[in-house]
Amino acid sequence: MAKPTRVMNSIRSLRFAASEMTQAKLADRVGMTRQTIIAIEQGRYSPSLEVAFKIARVFGVSLNDVFQYPEGQS
Amino acid sequence: MSFEEKLTWANTVTTVIVAAVYAWIIGGQIAAGPVTDIAYQKPMIIALGAIVVLTIAGAIATAIGTAVGVKISGEGSVDDIDRKDERDVHINRRGDLAGYYVAAVFMFGILAMTMLEYPHFWIANAVFVALLAAGLTSSAVKLVAYHRGF
Repeated sequence: MAKPTRVMNSIRSLRFAASEMTQAKLADRVGMTRQTIIAIEQGRYSPSLEVAFKIARVFGVSLNDVFQYPEGQS
Repeated sequence: MSFEEKLTWANTVTTVIVAAVYAWIIGGQIAAGPVTDIAYQKPMIIALGAIVVLTIAGAIATAIGTAVGVKISGEGSVDDIDRKDERDVHINRRGDLAGYYVAAVFMFGILAMTMLEYPHFWIANAVFVALLAAGLTSSAVKLVAYHRGF
């Protein structure tokens, strides 16, 4: 089954780098449900720009360090 | 499973059960005589009321069940019970839009039935079916979106 979004992310590795932050904790920090964090991590949902910035801010990194879009895709 | 998804399931199950009971009660009378003799009004009002009441009861039961599940398993949080985020809102919108399209298609059929002066029984029941079909389509689209991604 094709993923509905081409946006990739590094949330999983960033969570582990941040003292193994749980999905629930991240969800609380950005005001989302844990299921939405799971969906974002698995590439089943592209969050809004606002939520994307919130996630990046939680980890103290730039947006590009959290979300990536494949080269050569329009 | 998010709380909103659980609510959608509760709503779907409620609608299917009520529709089945209504169809069983009214459907059995169609073959028995002319439809103009069938007192469908009261069962239909009860069915519509039952969907509303049972959906609310289902939401309360789902909230209690979720809270008990969190206590027993230790996974998740009771804070998730009434939490609704942008993904839930987007999925709801997509489902509601699909339901609207289904209702619109049914309305053309019902309009035709009215112009052709079908008995009130058939027109009322067609509206009833349109409401159920729109609701179930909306729920189905939401559940697919929750599972496959959005």
